[in-house]
Amino acid sequence: MSKNKSRYTQTEMMIVAASRLLEDGKTVFTGTGMPILAALLAKKTHAPRLAIIYEAGGMCPEVPPTIPISVGDSMTTYKAIMAASMDYVMSFIQAGYGEYAFLGAAQIDMYGNINTTVIGPYDKPKVRLPGSGGANDFGSLCWRIIVLMRQDKQRFVERVDFVTTPGYLTGPGAREKAGLPRGTGPWRVVTQLGIYGFDEQDKRMTLLSVHPGVSIEDIQNNSSFPIKIPKKVEVTPEPTDEELRVLRSLDPYGVVLRK
Amino acid sequence: MEVLDEGKGELLGWVDPEEHREWVRKNKCLSMEDKTMDLREAISKFVQDGSYIAMGGFGHVRVSMAAIYEIVRQRKRDLIVAGKTAVHDLDVLIAAGCVSKVEVAYSFGHELRGLSPASRRAVESGRVKVAAEWSNAAFQWRFKAAASGLPFIPAYVLLGTDTFKRSAAKVVKDPFTGRPICLIPACFPDVAIIHVHRCDKYGNCQIDGALVMDSELARAAKRLIITTEEIVPTEEIRKEPWRTCIPYFYVDAVVEVPYGCHPCNMPGCYYFDEEHIAEYLRMTRTEEGTKEYFDKYVFGVEDFNQYLELIGGVKKLNYLRELEKGRARFVYPWISS
Repeated sequence: MSKNKSRYTQTEMMIVAASRLLEDGKTVFTGTGMPILAALLAKKTHAPRLAIIYEAGGMCPEVPPTIPISVGDSMTTYKAIMAASMDYVMSFIQAGYGEYAFLGAAQIDMYGNINTTVIGPYDKPKVRLPGSGGANDFGSLCWRIIVLMRQDKQRFVERVDFVTTPGYLTGPGAREKAGLPRGTGPWRVVTQLGIYGFDEQDKRMTLLSVHPGVSIEDIQNNSSFPIKIPKKVEVTPEPTDEELRVLRSLDPYGVVLRK
Repeated sequence: MEVLDEGKGELLGWVDPEEHREWVRKNKCLSMEDKTMDLREAISKFVQDGSYIAMGGFGHVRVSMAAIYEIVRQRKRDLIVAGKTAVHDLDVLIAAGCVSKVEVAYSFGHELRGLSPASRRAVESGRVKVAAEWSNAAFQWRFKAAASGLPFIPAYVLLGTDTFKRSAAKVVKDPFTGRPICLIPACFPDVAIIHVHRCDKYGNCQIDGALVMDSELARAAKRLIITTEEIVPTEEIRKEPWRTCIPYFYVDAVVEVPYGCHPCNMPGCYYFDEEHIAEYLRMTRTEEGTKEYFDKYVFGVEDFNQYLELIGGVKKLNYLRELEKGRARFVYPWISS
């Protein structure tokens, strides 16, 4: 990525890559930070009819003057079609209306299980994190989960310290056995190094593409579990000038892009 | 129904719905009575040491900070708190030493602003106990079950996770589908505190913006304190009854506290006071700083009006109103530039 350092940042690469995953005419359930920028960018580029929905109740707002810093703040209902409630939104996804959801993670494992609760032993935590929030619900109920997170050996771990949000749990069939709705689960993981999917057969994390300038070695050196590498690895297309222009205009104060 | 699995978390706030019905019949006032009082009276009357409390709003949005500061001022102890996306409110209560137990869906963080120094210290040292884990939907449905007078609500969340194991939910074999389903137990908080945009003196409330869990929470709680930006005549409510989201039946106290949500965001009225939140986050990095914060902003003032003067008075409040309208420059002191 070094030769492009001056044109875009890793954060911008991640957001652009995530935004391209969103299909026009679908729903996306998003939190603050990189996910909302990815959703807004998609809406402003290739997916104008994307319906952005927040768990606190904001449904289909227009692009606000500054990006929300809370999932329930006034920017989440800016010129929205409805200010609903959490019961409304969670019931909506439980009934099958949730296509995409964005999640973040402190730790993830090869089956896409996510930890946002505690680092270290539960009863004597090294770091106490905020817990599930809506993550367990989105991860249980939405069709296609996109995880956006930074990747290193401490975050891509063999076993998460705490399964806050279900991925494929212990492997094929485990979600259904637990009672989770069929056909759901983690779909893509986007990091500063590449994009990952999950193997249809064994449900393990599989590399789909590396970002420009990233090597397969970088991928494996930044994970504590073996990542499945296909024979032919794609390179994520660089952010276009247009994507970067729109993205930067969506976060005029640099709330996420300059953080 | 066959029970397949049980969470090991502590079941808090649960009562047999029949007991709750009887409690309601004996204790709740079903006629329209004037319930206005001042904050001091409302908190001392309804929040006891050891009470299980839940706050309305979401994170830093539409929370009754005036009531939170009053709880701190009255030095309430051993509160059990519903950490349902509780952020600034819970963090302040923990920092002030008012809380002994918390149930967590989302707590100890300030969303994009980072983790809460005071809460983390309290939980990592064991001073505050996490009694159970939930998700946001699970908490929502605990209140919905209580609001409906039911012992539980079935849902397809928590299944297969450690969040379930640390919750007080149960997984059963659904007699209709034959598949596992999670039963989320009802939660009847001793007291809920909700900040609204407007209500009348009886407690008929209207909220602008996202409702979050407040309609269900209001109906689940035994006692309900409403703080409001303004008290309006009942005729105003009757003109647009479809906007009423909490009717008077549930309400025990009505307290008029303009700007009662500061430093948080009151949708349509005023935006976050990032400067004050940053000051709070900075000061609570140490125990000494935390004490200094409360000495200055809570114990050092007579009431919420004096607090508003201290944080910048009319000038600051006007700026926050302009921000909410998108007519001033947003400032984020926590962004490194």
